[in-house]
Amino acid sequence: MSMISLKIDGQLVEVESGTTILEAAKKINVNIPTLCHHEDLCVAGNCRVCVVEVKGRERLEASCSTPAPEGMEIWTNTARVRNARQDIVSLLVSEHNTQCTTCYRNTNCELQNLAAEYNVDGNRYLSVLKPGIKVDTSSWSIEKDDSKCIRCQRCVRTCAELQHVNALTASHKGKDMKISTFLDLPFNEVVCTNCGQCVNRCPTGALTERRYFNQVWEAIGDPTKHVVMNTAPSVRVALGEMLGYEVGHRVTGKMVTAMRKMGADSVLDTDFAADLTIIEEGNELLTRLKKVLVDKDQSVKLPMITSCSPGWVKFIEHMFPNHLGHLSTCKSPQQMFGTLSKTYYAEQKGIDPKDIVSVAIMPCAAKKYEANRPEMNDSGYRDIDAGLTTREFGLMIKQAGLDFKNLPDGAFDSIMGESTGAGVIFGATGGVMEAALRTAYAVVTGRSVPFENLNITAVRGTDGIREASIKVENCLPEWSFLEGVVLNVGVAHGLKNARIIMDQIAAGTSKYHFIEVMACPGGCIGGGGQPIPTNAEIRAKRTAAIYEEDMGKPIRMSHENPEIVKIYEEYLHEPLGHKSHKLLHTHYTPRNRY
Amino acid sequence: MANNNKLRKVDIIFSAYPGNPYDILKNAIQRGKNEIIDDLIESGLRGRGGAGFLTGYKWRFMAQQKETEKYVICNADEGEPGTFKDRKLLVEVPRRVITGMAIAAYVTDSKYGVIYLRAEYAYLIADLQKEIDIFQEAAKKIGLDFTIEIFRGAGAYVCGEETALIESMEGKRGEPRNKPPYPIQSGYLGKPTLVNNVETFASAAMVCRFGAETYKSYGTDDQHGSKLFSISGDSPKEGVHELELGMKISDFVQEFGDGDTKAVQVGGVAGFCIPRKNFETSIIGEGNTTGGATMIFNSTRSMYNVLHNYLEFFAEESCGQCTPCRIGTQQLLKGIEAVKSGEKPESYLQDLIKLSRTMKVTSKCGLGQSVTNSFVSIVENFKEEMIY
Ligand SMILES: Cc1cc2nc3c(=O)[nH]c(=O)nc-3n(C[C@H](O)[C@H](O)[C@H](O)COP(=O)(O)O)c2cc1C
Ligand code: SF4
Repeated sequence: MSMISLKIDGQLVEVESGTTILEAAKKINVNIPTLCHHEDLCVAGNCRVCVVEVKGRERLEASCSTPAPEGMEIWTNTARVRNARQDIVSLLVSEHNTQCTTCYRNTNCELQNLAAEYNVDGNRYLSVLKPGIKVDTSSWSIEKDDSKCIRCQRCVRTCAELQHVNALTASHKGKDMKISTFLDLPFNEVVCTNCGQCVNRCPTGALTERRYFNQVWEAIGDPTKHVVMNTAPSVRVALGEMLGYEVGHRVTGKMVTAMRKMGADSVLDTDFAADLTIIEEGNELLTRLKKVLVDKDQSVKLPMITSCSPGWVKFIEHMFPNHLGHLSTCKSPQQMFGTLSKTYYAEQKGIDPKDIVSVAIMPCAAKKYEANRPEMNDSGYRDIDAGLTTREFGLMIKQAGLDFKNLPDGAFDSIMGESTGAGVIFGATGGVMEAALRTAYAVVTGRSVPFENLNITAVRGTDGIREASIKVENCLPEWSFLEGVVLNVGVAHGLKNARIIMDQIAAGTSKYHFIEVMACPGGCIGGGGQPIPTNAEIRAKRTAAIYEEDMGKPIRMSHENPEIVKIYEEYLHEPLGHKSHKLLHTHYTPRNRY
Repeated sequence: MANNNKLRKVDIIFSAYPGNPYDILKNAIQRGKNEIIDDLIESGLRGRGGAGFLTGYKWRFMAQQKETEKYVICNADEGEPGTFKDRKLLVEVPRRVITGMAIAAYVTDSKYGVIYLRAEYAYLIADLQKEIDIFQEAAKKIGLDFTIEIFRGAGAYVCGEETALIESMEGKRGEPRNKPPYPIQSGYLGKPTLVNNVETFASAAMVCRFGAETYKSYGTDDQHGSKLFSISGDSPKEGVHELELGMKISDFVQEFGDGDTKAVQVGGVAGFCIPRKNFETSIIGEGNTTGGATMIFNSTRSMYNVLHNYLEFFAEESCGQCTPCRIGTQQLLKGIEAVKSGEKPESYLQDLIKLSRTMKVTSKCGLGQSVTNSFVSIVENFKEEMIY
C-alpha cells in the first residue's frame, strides 16, 4: 500500500491510499459526526452528516465514503460545513417523532446528541413525519417504530452483512422510503432470528428490544411471589458500562448485591446452568460419536452443533430446516435454569412452583423469544417468566436508586448459584467449545486437556470461523472406541459464518465432529441486548474480562462444580437420563424462508 | 470552427446513409483504436445524458482499464420528464446507436453490451431484438466479439443515474452508489463499465462517419455538433428536432413558441427555468444542461403549479437513501404550499432556497444535487406567483 499525505484542518496527516477522510481525521483526533456509519458495517454514505469541505470543490464530500485525496486540503469545521450539517440534522428532526422524553433511547440516541450539538431548531422546517405510524410489537423480542427511523440502513446492513438473514430491507422510494420486512409482514411472521444485532446498531429508538422490566418490578412487589433472578456470564462484564465504569470492568459482586437490594428473593447464576449444559451436551456428543463410530447408526447426525444461542437456533430452523438433526437437543442454559427453578429448586426450597417467578438477565434479545417458545414449559409452568437485556437491567438498577459504584460485593445464593470458569467463558465465542473440551477430555481420559492452564487458545479469538483438532489418547476403558480418534471441532460466530458452516454440512463436506455456533459477533459479549454502543474494541475488552473471570475461578471445569455433582446425585441421577430428557432437552421446528 | 449563435436546423443524426449496414463500424475499425478516440476528443462531443462529460476522454479512460471483463451500457432509461429523443433514435435509427456501442466496444476491448431500456419502452423490444440479431451477424463477419443484450428497467427515474442503473442490473434496489469508484473503474459486477446515453452513441457513430472536423464545424466553441431537442409544452411544433448547438433562447422561442412564451425549461426538470426577461442573454447548453428536454410555458401557465408538479416528482422519484434529497424534496414541496396558503411568511422562500443549495452540495447523486436548479430559477423569477 502506498502512503499519501493531505492536510486536515491545517494539520498534515499521512495515511495509506484508499483511507477515507473520516479515518484519516480520526488518526489526528479530529472528530467528524456520523449517523449511518458503523465500523462493523460497510460504508453507506447516506445520512450525509459527515460532510466536509475539500478545498477547491463546490460540493461537500461525505467523509465516510470519500477516499482521502492526495495533497488536498480538507476543512471539517467551516461555516459551510456547519450550516450544511445543521440543515441535515434539522431535516432528520423534521421527519422524526420527537417525543424524546418518552423514548426508550432518551439520553442514548445519536440523533438527539447531534441535534443538541448543532442546537437544532425543531421548528425550522415543517414536520414531514407520516401520520398514523404504528409500532410493530408483534415480536417477543424486538419492537419496530418507524416514526423514529432515520433510514440510515444500519439495521439493513447488519441483517444482510453480519447475519445473512435479510429480514430487513429498504422498501419504497422517495418520501415513502422505509425499512421494511418481506411484504411488510409483522416481525413475528418473518425470518428475523431475534438476535437483536440491528437493535444494538440502531442510532435511535426505531428498533428496540421489547421490554419486560415492569412485569419484573410487579412480581418483586408482590409478597406472594418468589422472584428468582439469574444472570448470564457476559452480563457481568458489560453492565458496568451503563453505570459509570470503563469498558471491560467486571462488576459481578456489585451486580449480585444490586439484585438483592432490588428485592430479588434469590440471586442465582446462569453459569451454573452453563456448567450443566456442558455435562449434558458433552455426554450427548460422546453418545453420538459412539453411535456413529461403533454402532454405525445412520440416523445419528454429526457434526453435532451447539444449541445455546436462540438466534442461531431460529436461523437454522428457517434456513436449514432439513438439518435440524445436527442441533444438540440440549436446552440453552437459560431454559435449563428456568425449568430447574420450578422443579429442583422449588422442591429443595419447599416453595410452590406456581409462586416462583423466574427472571433471566441476558445479553440477548433472542432469549425473550426463546422464553416464550410454546414448548418451553417442561416444569409445568412457563419455565422462564421474563427475559431482560443487560440494558433493561442497567435501567432497573438506576430506577432502584442504587449507588452502584459504592455497593459492597455480594455472592450468589445457593442452590444453583455455584459456577466454574468453564461456565463463565460461555459468554465469549469459542467458550462453549473450550468448556466442553475441558470436560469431555477429562471424562474420556481421566486427565486434563493438554493445554497450559486449561486455556485452549486455538478456539479463542475473533476470526469468524476457527477450528482445532485434538487427538484422543490413553482413554479410560469404557471410552476405548475413541482411542486414537482425531476430534475436529469448529467455532463460528455471527450468522454469516454459521451459514458457511451449514453450507458445508448441507454439501456433505463438513470435516467437523462438533461445532459451536453463536448468533452474535463475538458471542454473547457482543449480544444484541448488550449496552450500546458495541464495536470491535468494546467486544475485545469484554472478552478479555470474561477470560480474567475464568482465571480467577477456583474451579475451571464444569464437572467439578460441587452443585453439579450434587444435582446429579440427588435429582437428575445421570446425564441424558430420564429426568434430564424430560427437563433439559428440547426439539426444533422447521420454519419458512421469508 | 463555427461559432453559431443562430438557430439552425440540421440533419445529421437521422440523415440517410447510402452505404451498407455497419459499414461505419467496419471503416472505423480499419482506422484503429487510438485514432477513433483522438477523433472523438477532437470532435468535442459531450455526453447527451445530461452531465455533458467529454465522450472521448471517457472512452480513453475506459480503454486504459486493464481488466479482461468489461461492459458497455447504453443508457436508454430516458426518464427525464420532457425527454423523448432516445426513443425516436431507437425506433428510427437503431443501427446508429448499435454502431456507436460496437465502436465503443472495439475501442475499449469490451465483449458485453447492454441496452438498459426504460420500462415503458418494452414495446420496442421485439424490433430492437431483430436489429441486434442483424448486428450480431454483421459483427461475426467483421470479426468483432461483442454481444448485446436488452435489460428492461422497472420504471424508477433514479435508475437512469448510471450507478443506480448498474445496481438495478445486478438485481438490487436502484440506489446510486458512492463515487468514487466510478463505473469505469468498478461498475457492473465490479468490472469496468462504460455508460453512455443513446444519443451519445449515435453521435459518436456520426463523428466516425463524417469525421471530427465536419462534426466540430457545427455548434459553438463550448458546445460542438448538433443535438436532438425534445420540445414539448405550449408549442405548435412539439416533437424531436435536431438543432445546431449554441442558439439563443429568444431564437428558439421564436421558432418553437406559440407567440406567448413566458418561460422555457431547459434540460428537463433537473435543468433550469429561463424567464422571458433572460431569453436574449441565455444560450441553450451553456450554464444549463445538455439533455435536450425543452418545455415551453405560455402565459396561461401558473409557475407555482409547474414547480409544485416538479417537486412532487422529485419527492416521489428520489431513491430516498440520502437525507438532503429524501427530506429536502418534501420540505421544498410542503414549503411552497405553506407560503402559498399563508401558513409560512414570504421570507420562508429564502430559507427554502438556502435549503435547496444545501441539497446541491450534500446530496449523493445528481438527482438531489439538481433540484436547486429549477427550484431557484422558478422561485426567484416568479416570486409573486409563489406567494399570491
Ligand atoms: C437522476 C438521474 C437520472 C438520469 N437519467 C438518465 C437517463 O434517463 N438517460 C441517460 O442517458 N442519462 C441519465 N442520467 C445521467 C447518467 O447518470 C449518466 O451520466 C449518463 O448516462 C452518461 O452518459 P453520457 O456521458 O453519454 O451523457 C441520469 C442522471 C441522474 C442523476
Ligand atoms: S440524491 Fe436523492 S436520488 Fe440521489 S442518492 Fe440521494 S436520495 Fe437517492
